Amino acid sequence: MSTPVVISVENLGKSYRLNRRSQRQSYVALRDVISDKFRGLIRQRKSSDQSSIWEDFWALKQVSFEVKEGEVVGVIGRNGAGKSTLLKVLSRITEPNRGKVRIRGRVASLLEVGTGFHPELTGRENIYLNGAILGMRRAEISAKFDEMVAFAEVDKFLDTPVKRYSSGMYVRLAFAVAAHLEPEILIVDEVLAVGDAQFQKKCLGKMQDVARGGRTVLFVSHQMSAIQNLCSRAIFFRTGTVARDGDVHSVVRAYLQEGVATDRFVREEKDGPVSGPKITTAVLLSNEGAETDPSDGTIYLQISIRSPQSRRLALDIRWHDALGSAIGFGSLGTLNENQMLDLRVGINEFTVAFSTRHLANGSYGLSLDLSVPFVELLDRVENCLSFDLEQCASGLGSRAVEQKWGYGSHQMVVQLIKKM
Amino acid sequence: MTTIDPASSSSRVPDAEFDLILEAGRTEKHYWLDLWRYRDLFLILAQRDISVRYKQTAIGVVWALLQPFLTMLIMTIIFGKVAGLHSDGSAPYAIMVFAALLPWMFFSSALTSASQSMVGNANLISKVYFPRLIIPASAVVTSFADFLISFLILVVMMLWYGFAPSWHILALPFFVVVAFFAALGPGLFITALNVKYRDFRYVIPFLVQFGLYVSPVGFSSSVIREKLGPNLFLLYSLNPMVGVIDGFRWAILGGNSSLYLPGILLSLGGVGLSLIVGIWYFRKMERSFADIV
Repeated sequence: MSTPVVISVENLGKSYRLNRRSQRQSYVALRDVISDKFRGLIRQRKSSDQSSIWEDFWALKQVSFEVKEGEVVGVIGRNGAGKSTLLKVLSRITEPNRGKVRIRGRVASLLEVGTGFHPELTGRENIYLNGAILGMRRAEISAKFDEMVAFAEVDKFLDTPVKRYSSGMYVRLAFAVAAHLEPEILIVDEVLAVGDAQFQKKCLGKMQDVARGGRTVLFVSHQMSAIQNLCSRAIFFRTGTVARDGDVHSVVRAYLQEGVATDRFVREEKDGPVSGPKITTAVLLSNEGAETDPSDGTIYLQISIRSPQSRRLALDIRWHDALGSAIGFGSLGTLNENQMLDLRVGINEFTVAFSTRHLANGSYGLSLDLSVPFVELLDRVENCLSFDLEQCASGLGSRAVEQKWGYGSHQMVVQLIKKM
Repeated sequence: MTTIDPASSSSRVPDAEFDLILEAGRTEKHYWLDLWRYRDLFLILAQRDISVRYKQTAIGVVWALLQPFLTMLIMTIIFGKVAGLHSDGSAPYAIMVFAALLPWMFFSSALTSASQSMVGNANLISKVYFPRLIIPASAVVTSFADFLISFLILVVMMLWYGFAPSWHILALPFFVVVAFFAALGPGLFITALNVKYRDFRYVIPFLVQFGLYVSPVGFSSSVIREKLGPNLFLLYSLNPMVGVIDGFRWAILGGNSSLYLPGILLSLGGVGLSLIVGIWYFRKMERSFADIV
């Protein structure tokens, strides 16, 4: 007899109705219903008109998978891929529209840290409140009360209203309650994104204990290192469907590769003659050709430039961090005249490569310039591309970090790979 | 890594081996059991609302006492003195008004706070599962706390007037329970309506005000009975609050107030019906709360 299936999901579908008239409100106003009815009476409008202001959006489509007892499964995907909706369905917060979900055992879900915390209440009162919200009995909370307080390190402030807590204390207290749930199935959504590094480590440790205790865990995170440390299996969601399901390392690798390749910039073509060369498209790829090792951290940039005349110019690339601060600069031509590009009339395509080895994990943006160095700026596209860097030691092998820090901006080495 | 054995494919595992099955439109079998299982949450939420309520307002409890007292004063002056309506038997007019004001104020505040409770707890609803019925029910319980506090005024007034209750007072707990359910039924209905149609909240104050005039709060229902005659009065008794208020007066004023039995029974029926309709509509809407709140 194999290990029993504790979560079985078959052809799950979940749709939301979007109001075309206003994006912001998902609810109906009685006023609108009444005025629509009246208008309908007067104009004898067809009922099909009425429903057309509503649009169905499928957040999950035909999702099927199963989880066996004791498995620790990571759920990954870009924002809006349906991960959170899946967790909401599994935690019974919202009802599926299609398909079937079957669950064996007690489920506790942690979709947010500190759900229901009330700022006016003391730490003690909030522990009871939050515990009860997460499905604990009062006696259970009392039994684990001291343990929770010790975990959160807030014993001195137990009778202080939590509105006077520092944000760190608040998060610690909230996670402490959640960490002491003892369900058979634990569902966790991106809760490690809060708190300082030391606390995150503590939380990860606690989650590892849960996993080792033979309990089933479903864990959503954008932190690939956490996913790879905790999980043995991962499910990769793309636009509401399961794109890949299997061993954690292969799924994470697939996700990371795809994550970069989807980023592209296409300039909206305007009518009329163009006076100078313009960048028309730019695409980021993580590997160009099968012979390249995708995990060596090289990113390729395919760029096409439309030029009305033949010209010799430089291509500059500027890197920004997630906050938009400039962190690096690289160029073909500005720093070394010999590398300047020769453009023909019409479309010119180039592929350039740069290494990301010396960049920390995070999100980066790219801006592109075409110029005659120190003379004329021909075209500029600000922050047109972005990529997430999520490389981690475990599973992909450790690598030496290259660092070539100079003064001011970091100089990125850009190589011309291909010219067409 | 475990290999997936095709023989154990989930579709072959019978439903009976799972504790919980989620499907579109499936009504949960264990709903009422769940409600019982979550009773601690219910108590803690009610406790939270009560303690927050009295922590935030500086005059806290005083407000819970002042509001019904002033309302009683005004009504006694307007209906008892200015309009010159008669009281039940020889009971002081002020006590007769207050006996009705107790359940009425509970009813109106329960209705108002229940209707706001879902929207106010939207963060809970979109993040955790529990039987949603707990939220408006605990809002009603919070109003119930105010109701119990304002009983103090009644005790003081009875001492002031030297008015001793008869054995009828023993029936008061029964009418308190009826008042609770009379508030819960419409409360649930309005709560669900308010989540779906967010502008419904503008209608609620009007409904409450309207209710005050169609219920015998400031005057005795015997005044109405004399004016309307028995048949129309039966129609009037369809309002659940008529039965609740008459019951309160009968229990508190003793022999001074008479109980019109067909009217009471009709009102009790009204309470039962509104409770059933309220729960039915709430359960029907409940499944989509997390999506629209």
